Amino acid sequence: MKVISKCVLAAAFVTGLGSAVFAENDAATDSVIKARQGQMQLYAHNLGLLGGMAKGAVPYNADAAKAAASSLVLLTQLDASRLWPQGSDEMSADNTRALPDLWDNQDDVMKKAMALSEAAAAMEIASGTSLESLQGAMGPLGGACGGCHKAYRAPEN
Amino acid sequence: MKRPLRYGVLFGLLAGAVGWWATAPERVPEAQFAALRGDVARGEIVFWAGGCAACHSPPQAEGTDRIVLSGGRSFVSDFGTFYAPNISPDPEHGLGTWKTGDLANAMLHGTSPAGQHYYPAFPYTSYARASPQDVADLWTFLQTLPASDIPSKAHEVGFPFSIRRALGGWKILFGGPPRILTGNLSPEAARGRDLVEGLGHCGECHSPRNALGGIDYDRWLGGAPNPSGKGKIPNITPAKLDWSETDLVEYFTSGFTPEYDSAGGEMAEVVQNLAHLPLADRQAIAAYLKAVPAVE
Ligand code: HEC
Ligand code: HEC
Ligand code: HEC
Repeated sequence: MKVISKCVLAAAFVTGLGSAVFAENDAATDSVIKARQGQMQLYAHNLGLLGGMAKGAVPYNADAAKAAASSLVLLTQLDASRLWPQGSDEMSADNTRALPDLWDNQDDVMKKAMALSEAAAAMEIASGTSLESLQGAMGPLGGACGGCHKAYRAPEN
Repeated sequence: MKRPLRYGVLFGLLAGAVGWWATAPERVPEAQFAALRGDVARGEIVFWAGGCAACHSPPQAEGTDRIVLSGGRSFVSDFGTFYAPNISPDPEHGLGTWKTGDLANAMLHGTSPAGQHYYPAFPYTSYARASPQDVADLWTFLQTLPASDIPSKAHEVGFPFSIRRALGGWKILFGGPPRILTGNLSPEAARGRDLVEGLGHCGECHSPRNALGGIDYDRWLGGAPNPSGKGKIPNITPAKLDWSETDLVEYFTSGFTPEYDSAGGEMAEVVQNLAHLPLADRQAIAAYLKAVPAVE
């Protein structure tokens, strides 16, 4: 049974590496993390209406749908340059799930942000057209959000 | 990209002690499979349900690159690093010279054409629940995909885990029952069972494992620690997952949760695959998840 206890040790070691030593955040770091998470929550808030319509939980209304989709488009246009300062990744700071990789792959992050802009613009047109086209635009939009989360957000603890 | 081994089942190599005599690789009856005719359209559904692209597409592949099955993704475990091989139709570096029966031996028995055991990093313990016709359809579809001449990478596995023969004992111990959820099911939930227990291999991630790496079928889909050491793979039985069937179908289609957060981690990749299935199949998966016993 020696091999097993070795494996358990190895597993404990890997787990130890995973949980970084957290420093307490300073006020500025706290506020910037809250701000960017707020932007994400606003995406989710507007998607709530579009998704509700897509699922049939909320009756389809072209004007309301388009207003929510336009808000998504506006949200993608916010200046992000001050929302992601160095030292605010999940290895260095508390209360965030942003992976350090996000800072090492700026080009790819830009590409994923652009993909979201395009998907949101497509939703803006689709949502005002018909329920069917709104439903069709949900998948690509979800793919754009998920594509970035898959690469740059740590799993929930 | 290094990925922790989700199918971290290799503790079971110890089970080689079960005996060399019992560990000869199993095979399917060759004539039966040679007689089957596959259907490309059905094969594509099998392909997305099985999530082959999640492991066999090139690392970081997106969009149409996901169907070039040149392999190369790595799966790290305590026993070494496994690399998904090239399974494109290339005659030299892929499966170009294979027959239906070869794919059937690989998926249904974890046995290679040369008669060796595959490592369970390839989730054949779940794929074993697929039907012979599923395999024939999939084989027809795989042959329509682009060929890639990128050679497969050798696994970096040390002794004694490098002895494939020893895997036979593990297979005997952990093959699992043909069906996990039994009893009367609606046709929809029964289709969901085929997808979740078999091709979808959902239990490989969502069920806890025992000390030797075998799935704990008493806690089927009851959640598991994430082998990466961070977070947990969620419990998706009715004890914890209270989403409506409509919410589940939306999640399997766009990746949005009922709170409009989006699926993360490896589930994002799973959703990319499920989104290719017909709506009725995603509804069947949702119906099955409502029917499994709650695991507290
Ligand atoms: C370019 C990358 C990127 C895109 C695109 C993106 N996200 Fe995020 N999202 C992140 C990162 C990184 C975090 C983690 C932020 C943190 O914890 O500091 C996050 C966090 C979140 C959260 C959790 C916020 C919290 O309170 O902790 C939600 C909800 C969310 N995103 C929704 C969305 C939705 C909906 C979309 C698509 C409309 C989207 N995101 C698109 C990168 C992205
Ligand atoms: C979780 C990752 C994963 C998934 C999903 C997966 N495979 Fe694999 N596959 C592997 C690994 C790792 C190996 C190498 C196993 C070994 O060498 O023992 C492998 C080996 C194989 C082989 C043997 C190739 C050879 O050269 O001998 C075939 C064939 C194969 N997979 C087909 C498939 C098909 C078809 C699917 C979808 C139905 C699939 N795989 C899904 C990881 C995966
Ligand atoms: C490769 C591992 C893996 C496989 C295979 C897998 N899942 Fe998941 N699943 C995850 C992870 C990790 C999460 C957590 C996602 C997150 O953090 O956003 C998850 C989340 C989920 C959730 C959301 C649960 C919640 O409470 O948030 C559902 C539902 C789900 N999976 C169903 C399935 C089904 C059905 C299958 C099979 C078709 C499947 N999963 C296959 C890893 C996997």
